[in-house]
Amino acid sequence: MSITLANISKSYKSLKALEAISFEVKAGELFGLIGPDGAGKTTLFRILTTLLLADEGTARVTGFDVVSDYKKIRNSVGYMPGRFSLYQDLTVEENLTFFATIFGTTIAENYDLIKEIYVQIEPFKDRRAGKLSGGMKQKLALCCALIHKPEVLFLDEPTTGVDPVSRKEFWEMLKRLQQKGITILVSTPYMDEAALCDRIALIQGGKILQIDTPQAIVRHYPKPIYNLRANKTYQLIKALKAYKNNYSVYPFGEFVHYTDQRTDFDPSELKAYLESEGLSDVVIEKTEATIEDTFMELAK
Amino acid sequence: MKREKVIQVADLTKRFGDFAAVDAISFDVYRGEIFGFLGANGAGKTTAMKMLIGISNPTSGQAQVAGFDVFTHAEDIKKNIGYMSQKFALYDDLTVRENIRFFGGIYGLSRGRIKEKSDALIEELGLQGAAHKLVGALPLGWKQKLSFSVALIHDPKIVFLDEPTGGVDPITRRQFWEMIYKAAHQGTTVFVTTHYMDEAEYCDRVSIMVNGKIEALDSPKLLKEQFQAANMNDVFLKLARG
Repeated sequence: MSITLANISKSYKSLKALEAISFEVKAGELFGLIGPDGAGKTTLFRILTTLLLADEGTARVTGFDVVSDYKKIRNSVGYMPGRFSLYQDLTVEENLTFFATIFGTTIAENYDLIKEIYVQIEPFKDRRAGKLSGGMKQKLALCCALIHKPEVLFLDEPTTGVDPVSRKEFWEMLKRLQQKGITILVSTPYMDEAALCDRIALIQGGKILQIDTPQAIVRHYPKPIYNLRANKTYQLIKALKAYKNNYSVYPFGEFVHYTDQRTDFDPSELKAYLESEGLSDVVIEKTEATIEDTFMELAK
Repeated sequence: MKREKVIQVADLTKRFGDFAAVDAISFDVYRGEIFGFLGANGAGKTTAMKMLIGISNPTSGQAQVAGFDVFTHAEDIKKNIGYMSQKFALYDDLTVRENIRFFGGIYGLSRGRIKEKSDALIEELGLQGAAHKLVGALPLGWKQKLSFSVALIHDPKIVFLDEPTGGVDPITRRQFWEMIYKAAHQGTTVFVTTHYMDEAEYCDRVSIMVNGKIEALDSPKLLKEQFQAANMNDVFLKLARG
C-alpha cells in the first residue's frame, strides 16, 4: 500500500472537517477524491503531506507514519496545493531550480520525468510565474512537484478553474505519470473527471460516502433512472415534484433525471399525467445512472 | 408570436492595439431564454461580457442590451440588468438582511419595496433563521442562492451570471438551476458565462467563442448532433482543438 488512512478525524473548533476517514491507495494507483468545496479534501491532503496534524487516527504514506516519520515523507512525495503557491516574482526557470535545489537535486537529473510537460512552458522560461496564464501556471506547478522524482504525487484540485482543453491535456499527463510508476492521489469537484481514475472516493461533509471503481460505483444507485424532456423545463420539474410516486427529480443538463418509488413503474402513465398537466413533446427514456446521480443519492 | 429580443449584437468588436480580443461577433438573445456563453480561457468571453454590461466601450459594431445602446446608454444598461459572479457577490461582513437592503438601495428601490422584497426573498430561500447572520458564516450553496436572488432584486430584464456554480455540491447546484429555470419561466433572460461544459447542457442555446469569434451557436442538442459528440465537453474540444 502506498497510502493508508485509519480513522482519521480532524476538527476546526466546532466544525468537523473529517470524520473517521479510512481508505487505502495501492502503489501505482490513480486515486480520485471527488467532492464539493468544504468536503474536507484539502484537510486530508494537508494531513497526508505532514503539514497538519490529525486529531485522531493514523496515516502512512510510502510506509512512513505521517507524525513520527514526517521528514521522510516530505522527501518522497510531491504536493501541488489547490492555490497557486509558486513564487510569482521568480521566473519559470528560477522556480523550478529553486524546488530542485531544496530537494538536493538538479533539473538535469530528473529532466526525463518532467520533459514532456516542461517543453510546453520552456519557451516562457524567463517569464515571471505571476505573468503566466492559468494553464501554464498549472503545468509549472506540476513540474515543481515532480522535480525530485516523488513516489507519490498529491494534487489538490489541479483542474479547478481551468478550461476543458487544458483539463483534458492535464489528465493525459497524469495518465503518463502513472505509467512511470508514480502513485497519484488527486481531488476534483468535477464528476466527469472521476471516470478517469482507477478508483474513487466520494466525499462530502468530512465523510466518505463510497469507494469503488468509477464503473462499479454507479451500481450503488438503487433504482432505474429515466431521462425526461418536455416543451417547458420549469413546468416539467414542478409537475414531477408534485407527482405522488416520485422518488427523486433532478434537472440534469438538457434532461430531467427521474426515479419512481414503485418497482412496477409504467412510463406511459407518467407521460399521460404530464400531458394532463399541460406539457407537450414529453419524452421518457431509460438511462444509466451517472457518478453524479450516485453521489446525490448517497449524499441525501 | 414574435419573440422579443433583449440582447442584439452585430459585429461587436474590441481591440487592444492590434489584437482583436472580440472580433465582430453577432447574435441575439430572447426574452426568457437561458443563454450559455462559452469559451476557453482567453477566448474573449469576459471582454465581450464587459461590453454587454456597460463597463467597457466597444471599438466598433453595435449592441443593444435591455433596450439600451452600449455606446450611448451604458448607465441605463447597468440599472436594468442584474449581475452575479463567483468572485464578487455579497458582503461577508453584512448580515443577510443588510446585504439585501444594501443592494436594494443601490438599485434605487424604495424603503417599503426593500422591506417587501427582503421578506419575500428570505422566506422563499428558507433563510428565516439566518436573516440576522453574517453572510460570511453561511454555507457556499446558500450564499450562491442568496446572491442570485439579490441580483434579481430590481426585477431586471436580464441577469448575467459569471461562472455561477463552481465548487458547490451536486444537489445544491441543481437547486440553483431550478431557481434559474424559474426566473426564465417568469420572463427574465439569463445570460451565463461558464467553462464548465456540463453547465452548458442546461442552457436553451449556447454560443462558443474561439479566438475572439463565435464559432458555434445553437441548442446543446443540435450542437451535439452537428459535431457528432456525446456531450458538450466533446463539442467544445472539437471546436477548440480544431
